[in-house]
Amino acid sequence: MRFLFKTDYEDDIRLFPHSGYYVSYGLLLAVLLIAPYVLSSYLMSQLVFVCIYATVGVALLILTGFTGQASLGHAAFLAIGAYTAAYLQKYGVPFPVYFLAAGLLTGLIGALVGFPALRLQGIYLVIATISFAFIVEEILARWESVTNGNEGMRIKAVSLFGVAVSRDGPTFYFLCLAVLVLTIVGTLNLLRSPTGRAFVAIRDSETAARSMGVNVALYKVKSFAISAAITGFAGVLFAHKLSFISPEMFTLQLSIEFIIVILIGGTFSLHGAVLGAIFIVMIDPFLTYLKDDMPGIIAGIAATFGAGTQAAANVQSKVAAFASLNGLKGAIYGIIIVLFVLFEPLGLYGRWLKIKLFFQLFPLYKRATFKRQKIYVKSERNR
Amino acid sequence: MSYFRAESLSLHFGGLKAVDAVSFAVEKGEILSIIGPNGAGKSSIFNLISRIYRPTSGRIFFEDQDITEQPPHDIARLGIARTFQNIELFENATVLSNLLVGRHRHSTTQLWQELLFLPGVRADEKVHRRRVEQVIEFLDLEPYRDKLISGLPYGVRKVIELARALCSEPKLILLDEPSSGLNVEETDDMSFWIRDLKSELGVTVLMVEHDMSLVNRVSDRVIALNYGRVLAMGSPAEVQEHPDVVAAYLGA
Repeated sequence: MRFLFKTDYEDDIRLFPHSGYYVSYGLLLAVLLIAPYVLSSYLMSQLVFVCIYATVGVALLILTGFTGQASLGHAAFLAIGAYTAAYLQKYGVPFPVYFLAAGLLTGLIGALVGFPALRLQGIYLVIATISFAFIVEEILARWESVTNGNEGMRIKAVSLFGVAVSRDGPTFYFLCLAVLVLTIVGTLNLLRSPTGRAFVAIRDSETAARSMGVNVALYKVKSFAISAAITGFAGVLFAHKLSFISPEMFTLQLSIEFIIVILIGGTFSLHGAVLGAIFIVMIDPFLTYLKDDMPGIIAGIAATFGAGTQAAANVQSKVAAFASLNGLKGAIYGIIIVLFVLFEPLGLYGRWLKIKLFFQLFPLYKRATFKRQKIYVKSERNR
Repeated sequence: MSYFRAESLSLHFGGLKAVDAVSFAVEKGEILSIIGPNGAGKSSIFNLISRIYRPTSGRIFFEDQDITEQPPHDIARLGIARTFQNIELFENATVLSNLLVGRHRHSTTQLWQELLFLPGVRADEKVHRRRVEQVIEFLDLEPYRDKLISGLPYGVRKVIELARALCSEPKLILLDEPSSGLNVEETDDMSFWIRDLKSELGVTVLMVEHDMSLVNRVSDRVIALNYGRVLAMGSPAEVQEHPDVVAAYLGA
């Protein structure tokens, strides 16, 4: 185990506390840079989605994880970013301009959503953000002169310095990776400066934050705006990756997927957003695999245990029918959320920290280290 | 002109007069304690000053400025810091970041500068960090810098709350029952610190307290309240011998 001897205030400020971090993050970066030349095109495509989902995850972490304001409306922010890009591209606006414009517009709308949110807490805020998402979805479907309604919009490939960048090529992947890395670095910077600390203060006790001079309303709106703006940037990349967008892509289910990203990854650290994004992007092909192959496998097992050909075929068709039920995916997502909240509230990153500590302290690791302790109960809280 | 002044301050909840036309003044550099039985309106006065409640009537002046209509976050910017009776710390953050939030009223950096963490932000952070370290040293909090609040014992949390208030370099500090839940030694430490606040840092202290031994040791003046009204005001000894105060505590 490594002990850090801090000799300078700089030690509390720097992003990488010791040299080991440079090695591990350097290696990670090297792997990510080589990836497009090694991995199959399918996996590369998945990796691009991981980058986009992780960017949204970081945005959601700023709002939900660090400021404590829940949101089920991030699909709408993503949609606003995507549609702004598609609309502006139609009029020949260059990529860097509409990329920034999409982020700014989404941030502005995020701030507007933040204002009513000032008076709402917990579940009521969730309801308000859901209704915002439905409103946006409806507008996208009806405002046909701009959004082309339910027929959706095509979006051409990114053109950087006059060169078209294929959505399947390595350059587009590097673009998404750069956006993710810049988002993470910016967020880390924010978290080590007064604004980030004000966010955390609001999450843990609004009264105390106020009495320390934090303008709670202003910082909540700021948090909404920043989170929405980042999601807007991700929306542009999302639109380019899909090359076609329509209102039914930005439903409540997508917002829930973003919540899953941070819940499963872990809500207390930016690592969680990336791990959660990997999880959510990789679970989809896994579910498809189960859906396609499970009936055959189960029928095979049934046959080996002496069921007749007729019975095995019967089982196979029943399982196949069950696997193609509508809403099964949503149900599986629901079960995953429940299980994580119950048994792994710190998420995948929390599990990683536990495993790391287990080996660092071996054989002295205590399970109670990560147990939440409530030493006393708060009475008469001021709101 | 007094340093801090409350003029016929009232707070009514429907028919209940939690604070009823209370007037008092705090002189610069003194330690003034407010005592009184449960429900006398002591904490309500604090919540009025820090604007958690809006006074039904009356005015509050600080350094000759009317602060009755100031929004709550501006109270701290004026240099009035407070602690809470039931500890309101940021539970899932480290001691260090809790104390750094106390520096919030001195932060001048803009959002875009912070996103890029420009050299100005870094320099500011170091200044904040140095100030926080001074408070840590003052209150002997060195062992806890990187600990999470949620894992710390009650007595330490109480000190951290005082530390967070001090980090904002207040001119006036409101201490809401600084010794509640502390054992004898911790209360002793607290009384030394409160006196040092006055003598070393020159902070004016307004304090609500039940522990009369602590009140006697540190206060310059005492105000006794009951049912939202001022019963007596004066030196600790005078107030304790006042017939109304004796009646309020012991029954007539």
